[in-house]
Amino acid sequence: MRPALSVILLTTLLGAGQGLFLAAFAHQALSLFGVLAAEGAGGLYGSAAVASLALLAAGLVASFFHLGRPERAWRSAAMWRTSWLSREVIVLPAFMGTVFLYAAAHLTGVNPVLVRFAGGAAVDASAALGAAGAILALALFVCTGMIYACLKFLREWHSPLTVANYILLGTASGFTAAAALAAWRAPGATAFFAGGALAFTLLGAASRGASLVRNARLRPVSTTQTAIGVRHPVIRQITQGYTAGSYNTREFFHGQAKALVRRVKWIFLAFAFALPAALVAAHFAGGPPGLLAAALATQMAGLMAERWFFFAEANHPQNLYYQAVA
Amino acid sequence: MTQLALVIDLNVCVGCHACVTSCKEWNTSGEAGPLPDTKAYGEQYAGTFFNRVQTYEVGCFPDTETVHFPKSCLHCEDPPCVPVCPTGASHKRKEDGIVLVDYDKCIGCKYCSWACPYGARELDDHNKVMKKCTLCVDRIYDASLEPRDRKPACVLACPTSARLFGDIHDPASEVSRAIREEGGYPLMPEWGTHPANHYLPRRKTRVSIHADELERADNPLKVDRQQPRPAKSEPTLDDAVTW
Repeated sequence: MRPALSVILLTTLLGAGQGLFLAAFAHQALSLFGVLAAEGAGGLYGSAAVASLALLAAGLVASFFHLGRPERAWRSAAMWRTSWLSREVIVLPAFMGTVFLYAAAHLTGVNPVLVRFAGGAAVDASAALGAAGAILALALFVCTGMIYACLKFLREWHSPLTVANYILLGTASGFTAAAALAAWRAPGATAFFAGGALAFTLLGAASRGASLVRNARLRPVSTTQTAIGVRHPVIRQITQGYTAGSYNTREFFHGQAKALVRRVKWIFLAFAFALPAALVAAHFAGGPPGLLAAALATQMAGLMAERWFFFAEANHPQNLYYQAVA
Repeated sequence: MTQLALVIDLNVCVGCHACVTSCKEWNTSGEAGPLPDTKAYGEQYAGTFFNRVQTYEVGCFPDTETVHFPKSCLHCEDPPCVPVCPTGASHKRKEDGIVLVDYDKCIGCKYCSWACPYGARELDDHNKVMKKCTLCVDRIYDASLEPRDRKPACVLACPTSARLFGDIHDPASEVSRAIREEGGYPLMPEWGTHPANHYLPRRKTRVSIHADELERADNPLKVDRQQPRPAKSEPTLDDAVTW
């Protein structure tokens, strides 16, 4: 498949936005139950939610560049019963609205207590909105992942690992962003976010590594023999029927050398996982807080390379029909 | 239930592209049109087509065979492109099983083309919507045409009658009979899409002759091996065989 910049930006920015929100709310929820100290992190939730909203909005804008007819985008909520894309289109604005209300509750101070537990813990409006947002963030990860994982003949994508990768990589980048933000706005909470960033980056590396191993072992199900229905071990396409290009030759071939694709794989393994993990670890070892911002920049660049590879690696069976121009 | 479909006979397709050009002509000026081309007379030209004819070489020289392979939307009975469409623009008609795109609803997200293993859908670069074979839905029901003309343009154009059109759910139809009796097969059956369009395989007419069939024992023309004519009093060959 040809990697489209709009979809690369859409999925990486949305993932980071969702992860950032999940990180902020995880901190709030754990503080609520007394696991973490809440002091000093209060201002962080609002700014993290605003940053998350900015990432989500940027991803949404990028998604419009993927559409041929963006003015009709509102129609895409119609087929939520069957289409994961339609479900994503519904969940994304619902999530953005929830994040907006969550940010508003923290920044305006309009945050009434809804329930007070016997132990003294108070569930305020922001916690309730945060819980709803967390569910929506996970639902959005599942929708995004399933858009790709549900296409059964794109075998590189047709795996639960695809959904796991979207969840783990998005959450990892979100925690890294939260760590960078905390280092700037709420240094006391940095350790929690940096720890989460390290954990999710390593989990993401394991999951993405597993899908790389799985995909390397795939054997094609469709062949030229099944594509044209002729049983002969030797079939060669002489012509695809025209000398010009077409949508089929543009959309489904990335047109890059195999060596470049391989190189991108090592680049994303380094930039999305190894380097950010090393930078976060260096921060724990006493490095300056700027290391976390560097980890975020490195990881976002690495995840864009990862997404490029994700599309380039997928081998669409229709390509069997376009093996020779003339 | 009706399922209209094409049955394409690879045994008689000569790869003349008449179906391609007549499809383009009809559909660029019909209800589905236009099917625009980009820089049609330039070097980097491209265009949208519903139907393409490809050519394959089967086997190794000198035992090779050329197969011309017309390729268009197969109007799958379980089309993977339909459920993924977020707007409902891509749909399969209940009444005749034709898979269509509503060009007024399509947002050009290309997801349906990713979901089609056959590459049967092409994005129209000018109108930015997905296009595909309609089985000439604007023609096959047109009561103003002669009944014999109510067929897809490609079927009418084929000079060798390699393309048959009909209802594959009607066991008495020409297409059902062809699939049943001539070995019609679907493409990429491994994905469970149940394509409605079928292809008829290349067929060879072979006669097996045993060596002893090359000579007839009683061949009257074998004059060189003729035995001396028996005398009138002796029994003749005719007596022997009738006995």
